[in-house]
Amino acid sequence: MIESMIALWESLPVIVQILVKIVVIVVPLMIAVAYYTWLERRVIGAMQVRIGPNRVGFFGFKLQGLGQPIADAMKLMFKEIVIPTRANPFLFVIAPMLTLGPALAAWAVFPFDENLVLADINAGLLYILALTSLAVYGVIIAGWSSNSKYAFLGAMRSAAQIVSYEIAMGFALVGVLVAAGSLNLGDIVQAQAGSAVHWFWLPLFPLFMVYMIAGVAETNRAPFDVAEGESEIVAGFHVEYSGMTFAAFFLAEYANMILISALTALMFWGGWLSPFEGTFFQQYFEWVPGIVWLLAKTFVFMVLLLWFRATFPRYRYDQIMRLGWKVFIPITIVWILVVGLAVVYEMPWWFD
Amino acid sequence: MSVEKFLFYVFAAMLIFASVMVITRRNPVHSVLFLVLAFFNAAALWMLAEAEFLAIALVLVYVGAVMVLFLFVVMMLDIDLSEMRAGFMKYLPLGIGISAVMVVELLMVVGPAYFGLDKYAAPAAKAADYSNTEALGTLLYTEYLYPFEIAAVILLVAIIAAISLTLRKRPETKYQDPSKQVTVKKEHRLRVIKMEAEE
Repeated sequence: MIESMIALWESLPVIVQILVKIVVIVVPLMIAVAYYTWLERRVIGAMQVRIGPNRVGFFGFKLQGLGQPIADAMKLMFKEIVIPTRANPFLFVIAPMLTLGPALAAWAVFPFDENLVLADINAGLLYILALTSLAVYGVIIAGWSSNSKYAFLGAMRSAAQIVSYEIAMGFALVGVLVAAGSLNLGDIVQAQAGSAVHWFWLPLFPLFMVYMIAGVAETNRAPFDVAEGESEIVAGFHVEYSGMTFAAFFLAEYANMILISALTALMFWGGWLSPFEGTFFQQYFEWVPGIVWLLAKTFVFMVLLLWFRATFPRYRYDQIMRLGWKVFIPITIVWILVVGLAVVYEMPWWFD
Repeated sequence: MSVEKFLFYVFAAMLIFASVMVITRRNPVHSVLFLVLAFFNAAALWMLAEAEFLAIALVLVYVGAVMVLFLFVVMMLDIDLSEMRAGFMKYLPLGIGISAVMVVELLMVVGPAYFGLDKYAAPAAKAADYSNTEALGTLLYTEYLYPFEIAAVILLVAIIAAISLTLRKRPETKYQDPSKQVTVKKEHRLRVIKMEAEE
């Protein structure tokens, strides 16, 4: 049975195999995105002593509102897409796709386990950096093509913010690649093998903090959500969007949040490595597949992002710029030097 | 025709199409977006030549940062295109003359006499585990260390020069010092005074 299925799989053309693998990654990702929105509303509701959506369920059962994301998606799909007068229709429609495309394409090089990766390329880290830097185009083009003042203001804010935080984020990743000695994401995880204190969160702690905060800023999430700033500029760059075009922006934002969480888990918290490695408990957890650890770590950072949103007030714009340029970039440059020295002199525990 | 050759012609044709659109579009924002497309196709061509580091760096630096700033500036400009095109016919002969001279010069320098396939044979394809990043890094930090470092210093000088030329000191502007803001105490802001109640 299993042999015949493997034979069937190998008889497929390579392009079909790749397409099947893409579907296997994207479908669970889309479901995760849908339920991440549900989780966000429930978690923030609980933090603010409210209930959140708990009505829509399946077949007459409420199930804590688990049907809510499906109902929302259906509603958005059947809504009309309004294109404003004197907007640029082509760019207006293509902008949400330009935001969603890179958010999904970045997963191509993401290793879910030792051998579970779609494209195991040498320059994986660079590829991820390049693709996450493309997301800003969707925002800028959306803001410009809407022919609306609020949308344009949101796009301008977002462009300046994303370009500023990309530098700090890039430098944080330079520290990771110096420590790991490789641009391949799989090799970066292997370099952290040993035990939970061998993971890069300890030697690269300042870079981990910078990466996490810059990640929040890159995804335009609270407390850095001035691009949307509903109390100031209505909804920012997507104020003119409705129906499925609006949903695409929404999907991209949550897909990017999951990506940032997963990358944090991968580069600073040992990816698929077991947290019990090298301790007494290791033998009891041998049977757990690596992907479970990776997903558990990712989930922690996903909830952390929601926690940020429920806790912090929105940053003022000049303070966002000050934080990015005058605080984060000096921290990362100094810490790259420290990591470089540690690698050259083969500091014990991590780099020997 | 092999797949690589087919892809090469596809990307090359797209690159030329995008470049032509950059200089013919009336709307400057469209021109910038076509320039982005041109960079993408150039990156794809480098990828075909097994230079994956250069290809991804082109997307990261030019598409991800430089073109975003271009777009930022171009969107805020209110360019009157009819005024810009007014002298087009007048300067056309001169423009064609200059471009003809440039094309002839280019052909003389990089023409088939010096860069033909007989002078430089196509390099053999590298193995799958060949790392372009490592090869570039090794060359840059050994053989070309001085040119690389000197170029970096020149760029640094250029940055400092540009900032110092454009930096305006405006004494009337009020700045905030966040470190003072966060260390502020109740006593700095509020003074409780005791006074007799008036009749």
